[in-house]
Amino acid sequence: MATMNMIQAINSAMAVMLERDPNVLVFGEDVGYFGGVFRATEGLQKKFGITRCFDTPIGEGGIIAAAIGMGAYGLRPVVEIQFADYIYPGYDQIVSEAARLRYRSAGDFWCPITVRTPYGGGIFGGQTHSQSPEALFTHVAGIKTVIPSTPYDAKGLLISAIEDEDPVIFLEPKRIYNGPFDGHHERPVSPWAQHPASEVPEGYYTVPLGKAAIAREGSDLTVLAYGTMVHVALAAAADAGVDAEVIDLRTMLPLDIDAIVKSVEKTGRCVIVHEATRTSGFGAELTALVQEYCFYHLEAPIERVAGWDTPYPHAFEWQYFPGPGRVADAMRRAMGK
Amino acid sequence: MQNKKKLSLYIPQPEQRPGDIPDFSKIVIPPPGNVPRPDSAVAAHDIRDIAFKLIRVLDNDGKAVGPWNPRLDPETLKRGLRLMMLTRAYDDRMYRAQRQGKTSFYMKCTGEEAVSIAPALALDPGDMCFPSYRQQGLLLTRGYPMVDMMCQVYSNVRDPLKGRQLPIMYSSKAHGFFTISGNLGTQFSQAVGWAMASAYKGDDRIAATWIGEGTTAEGDFHQGLNFASVYRAPVILNVVNNQWAISSFQGIAGGEQATFAARGIGYGVPGLRVDGNDFLAVFAVTQWAAERARNNLGATLIEHYTYRAEGHSTSDDPSRYRPMDEAKNWPLGDPIVRLKTHLIAIGAWSEAEHEKQQKDVIEDVRAANKEAESYGTLGTNPPSVKTMFEDVYKEMPWHLRRQRQELGV
Repeated sequence: MATMNMIQAINSAMAVMLERDPNVLVFGEDVGYFGGVFRATEGLQKKFGITRCFDTPIGEGGIIAAAIGMGAYGLRPVVEIQFADYIYPGYDQIVSEAARLRYRSAGDFWCPITVRTPYGGGIFGGQTHSQSPEALFTHVAGIKTVIPSTPYDAKGLLISAIEDEDPVIFLEPKRIYNGPFDGHHERPVSPWAQHPASEVPEGYYTVPLGKAAIAREGSDLTVLAYGTMVHVALAAAADAGVDAEVIDLRTMLPLDIDAIVKSVEKTGRCVIVHEATRTSGFGAELTALVQEYCFYHLEAPIERVAGWDTPYPHAFEWQYFPGPGRVADAMRRAMGK
Repeated sequence: MQNKKKLSLYIPQPEQRPGDIPDFSKIVIPPPGNVPRPDSAVAAHDIRDIAFKLIRVLDNDGKAVGPWNPRLDPETLKRGLRLMMLTRAYDDRMYRAQRQGKTSFYMKCTGEEAVSIAPALALDPGDMCFPSYRQQGLLLTRGYPMVDMMCQVYSNVRDPLKGRQLPIMYSSKAHGFFTISGNLGTQFSQAVGWAMASAYKGDDRIAATWIGEGTTAEGDFHQGLNFASVYRAPVILNVVNNQWAISSFQGIAGGEQATFAARGIGYGVPGLRVDGNDFLAVFAVTQWAAERARNNLGATLIEHYTYRAEGHSTSDDPSRYRPMDEAKNWPLGDPIVRLKTHLIAIGAWSEAEHEKQQKDVIEDVRAANKEAESYGTLGTNPPSVKTMFEDVYKEMPWHLRRQRQELGV
């Protein structure tokens, strides 16, 4: 066991897979010699050689297309899109190509690619370094969407993603790369080292895709969250004095519906939290599913806390970010307080 | 005060529209054999001028001339001729099937047969092709069963793609034919990735891809060229300049100011421009590019200068935007006629043999179609609807199982 922050855990996942499987390649903008703008690929080129981890032109469409071609050949490319906000030039290749190769060729071709990309706000990144585009991927048949919330999960989920036979969009909550930020931006941030999930095995292990985790057991209400918002929800529960059961979804698609149903049936109340804009966000899907599966167990309307439906504004980071105050308010509403 | 000139917006327009007399006199057709053939290891910057020339081998009398003559044996030439005739007969039959209501859609490659069949013969069987939608000749050349192609077009119970794809969007890994996308151009940059993978693995297989001149306007074209250039990917990048992208003439894609082959120059990728209706010339440039790729010297961009003799698809009516008989006036002729003339000129073929072969290929197509139709045409004997939910993922997730139950299949 070693103590790792999320960047180190992600780096370790790629190192483990580069070591285990000669078909794994890592590439993207600035990921080679330099090791990535967030240092996620630091040392990989030096350790595994320039053909295993290399820099690419600034062309997300080209990066993802190259990965698809490599995947069709039989490799397992792991590409980095420097910020999720930059993924859109590659969106056609993800949606029309990676997602559909298997289906349209009736299983003749597929591409087991992993697209890693830092997402989310809380870093004063403005509108082009703060977005949470997960719903743009969960809406697409044929790809899986994964978001870790701890170093342990990040490594185990990333290894699962790389080994998966389908394309995986692996969104990394960059605000918690270095510590479990709980939304209390006025307070000092605690490093991962103080969190139990920073204990990460140095070798190979997996966290399965499609399985949620219970970040906190509770009986008052269920919180459905992922990424940074898991930590915000935990803080909000403490602030509101609510015995919340916080479900960390970990994989948006395929979703662990059983874990959701089990918890909401137990608590009868549900608060859904994400950073992404509210309208047509993934919370809308979660709300609909909870309504479909748990309607007769619900004792209060489902609450949604999300980013406002505006572009992410630079000067209003904390008015925009759905922090513990807003989440605690939603919890109180769900409790009828 | 400076007298500034008033600006004006330029919109390219073709020379002729419906009702006009076709006139290709502005197209300069150089004589065959006048482009030197450099060594395939030449530096890209030393052959920039070739991107503005036109590599031709067959002259008007059917003689093969000049340094690009691939000196193919008559058997290979006859094989190429037969495959081109077979492809045209196949196209005619399937076009008719669409008109008879047996399927929803079809696309012919009439006049462009050489652009896929000559490369398919010049490449090795293991080389991977990333085609656009008008390279059915690749499949027929590589021995893919015509009945399977027809079943795909009919979306019947024997459709290898289980009724999921629009007609003609074939796929066959076993024949090195990548699954066709309806989103144009995406295959171009994927081919580069496949080629990079082959190079990474120390394999000896190369990739080839085809894109229309209209689609060169897409980002995928430029990103593919960029990646191919940066990583010296072993890939042949074919641009099929058939003059028309549905109703837009090649000027709308940017063909007025420079050739499409010249797009390679800025990327340091050799650009060859070839008479796409000249089977021998297309074979020769493919061979050159393949040799270059196999020697780790990277990609070649090839512009095949040809003409789309028929409509874009069965949904198109070219008489609405171009003169009716433009195809007949195309100055580079027809690839089948030209190869036939050559074979006759070298004493390897006769009118009688040609006539017999024409009957034979029509009969082959007829027999295949009879079998394919026995499995059903669109809507008469479809694949099991149960399969609709398969292959979205390797393993079917719960939500798709639930949706399949909801549909009750």
